Amino acid sequence: MTHLKRSLGIGLWFMFLTLPLMVVRVNTVSSEVEWRWANLVWAGLCAFAIAWLWQFSIERRAAKRAQVAADAHPQKRKPTLAQRLADDPVLNRRVLLGVGLLAMAFPWLVSSGQNFYHVNVMVSALIFVVLGLGLNITVGLAGLLDLGYIAFFAVGAYTYALLSKNFDLGFWTCLPLGGVMGMLFGIVLGFPILRLRGDYLAIVTLGFASITKIVLENWDTVFGGAAGIANIPRPDLFGIELDGRQKAIYTYYIVLALVALTIVVTNRLKNSRVGRAWMALREDEIASVAMGVDMAQTKLSAYALGAFWAGLVGVVFAAHNSFINPDSFTFMDSAMILAMVVLGGMGSILGVIIASLALKLMPEYLRAFAEYRMLVFGAVMVLMMIFRPQGLINDMRRKYEYDTADKEDTDGGK
Amino acid sequence: MDFEYLFQLLCGGLVKGSIYALIALGYTMVYGIIQLINFAHGEVYMIGAFVALIISGVATLSGYSGLSVLIVAAVVAAIYAAAYGFTLEKIAYRPLRGAPRLSPLISAIGASIFLMNYVQLAQTPDFLPFPELVPEFEFMEPLLQYVSSVDMVILVMTALTMVALTVLIKYTKIGKAMRATQQDQVMARLVGINVDRVISATFVIGSVLAAIGGVLIASRTGQINSAIGFMAGIKAFTAAVLGGIGNIPGAVLGGLVLGVAETLGAGYISSAYEDVFAFGLLVLILILRPAGLLGKAVKQKV
Repeated sequence: MTHLKRSLGIGLWFMFLTLPLMVVRVNTVSSEVEWRWANLVWAGLCAFAIAWLWQFSIERRAAKRAQVAADAHPQKRKPTLAQRLADDPVLNRRVLLGVGLLAMAFPWLVSSGQNFYHVNVMVSALIFVVLGLGLNITVGLAGLLDLGYIAFFAVGAYTYALLSKNFDLGFWTCLPLGGVMGMLFGIVLGFPILRLRGDYLAIVTLGFASITKIVLENWDTVFGGAAGIANIPRPDLFGIELDGRQKAIYTYYIVLALVALTIVVTNRLKNSRVGRAWMALREDEIASVAMGVDMAQTKLSAYALGAFWAGLVGVVFAAHNSFINPDSFTFMDSAMILAMVVLGGMGSILGVIIASLALKLMPEYLRAFAEYRMLVFGAVMVLMMIFRPQGLINDMRRKYEYDTADKEDTDGGK
Repeated sequence: MDFEYLFQLLCGGLVKGSIYALIALGYTMVYGIIQLINFAHGEVYMIGAFVALIISGVATLSGYSGLSVLIVAAVVAAIYAAAYGFTLEKIAYRPLRGAPRLSPLISAIGASIFLMNYVQLAQTPDFLPFPELVPEFEFMEPLLQYVSSVDMVILVMTALTMVALTVLIKYTKIGKAMRATQQDQVMARLVGINVDRVISATFVIGSVLAAIGGVLIASRTGQINSAIGFMAGIKAFTAAVLGGIGNIPGAVLGGLVLGVAETLGAGYISSAYEDVFAFGLLVLILILRPAGLLGKAVKQKV
């Protein structure tokens, strides 16, 4: 009953909150006022329903925590699918093989003669998978919040566009160059600011991305200004002529290979010395420095490596679209990549891949909801932090546990 | 050297800087108490400006106009901004108290994106002209080439707000409680301060200041849209860091310095790169003097 009352109160409060913004729409140009009273009722009803659910979930969260705290045998809980995948190498290999085969066959299954729309969509989605995995290194593993990640993507894209336009360099020459350029930018920017605490770092990276965009927009003699650069050559295959569909499929395989490469590298890094140092820094900076982790070097490597992938895939982006302008590199894109990492579960490779695909493909196929996309993103980011901060798929870390409860039992429970 | 031009730029910079200062105060106060960058603060400012636009738009279309409408609009805007700030804290930040540092920050970014798109969907993504409500004051004639009437209103309003804020923080009970909470949360709780209420109050006060800034800037630039909060928020944060985050006079100083620096850069070098100067200044300050102009360097204790 108290729930009902509180939810009613919250509903009324939200009706008050949304009163001017949802109901009145003033057009000061044509001197018209539009009153939309129906919205008020909707806002109240939705807030009421959400408030009810909210209280329920908060209670459930508290109960779950209490249960976990009281549980003496934590590892006896039913393992999740992801847990089983990580623990069982045979199953793991089988699933990987299946997914790999499906990914290889995908472009041939969904495209025909003139219709390769789905392949193009998948290429854009996979580009963002690589971006998500790259940012996962910086944010997820090393815990450095980077809000300007898209800038390194822009660096890669413009590197290829300018090199191919001015010096006639091919895609394959530019691919590593783009990555290296991204990495250089990461190091140059990262060097002075990595000493900063997390939240300062966030704002400086954001500022850096804004500066990059402003320079790209205004320095039109070099970067083509707001109009951008057009007619960027697509990837070449030993000089063989390809038609539209083949080009799309070829690009698809290139990105797929990049995704695979990123997964392998991240996976190997995660359990390496560097990866462990990243995670240690993420958990507790002071303690890990005291244990001999070189903070500047470790952070810089995470930053540079994250930037490297963004630069690399930026080249593919430029080649795939054959046109780039500064509008592709806004803060909202940075926020979207961050949302992928957060939703997927910071540090978790599988989670980031699933989240990236979902976030990129859903708006593409659910056009009706496209305008609500960012609204939902924002809300989901908040809710995720409150109810499931570990993301969709928890980052599995090797744990060595020692069951104290059992030990006490055998000791006669002293 | 053209001194008249320089003086004009300085005045423009001060006006701009005082708006930054108003928004920066909200950042600094919140940061001082819960060490959180309230990314959505810029959005609260934008909502303040929008509510004022709606109220004054409806009023002008029904035939009222003048300074009184602006005042009513500003008061309603402040009430709504305070309500949004209060709700924001309850929903997006309170459940995350005690969580790892990154969590509330990401939640704040999410809240910012949400609010921006909420206003965009509920209203319009286009720029809307803000009604001209400030009359041309007659006593302003001799000064008109340096500051317009609107600028004068902004300067006076900002100064009044700062005085009010100082009184509030120095002499009232809630101000004392805020200072105590900022110094030591656990200790404040021990002496009977309701810390939750103090945090809510901080958000409310910060939001009111932001809304005043929003109304003032809207009547100066004459147009607003749902995206203005983002840039203003970052600039104001820069101002707060510049002055030393958590430090209230520092935020005002930082805002003024930032406004003047930006206007001078835009006036003498290039207006297209205005934002670059602001961010360049931020990076420089963070590298050279991370504690800010007035901030004290805090030694980290283990």
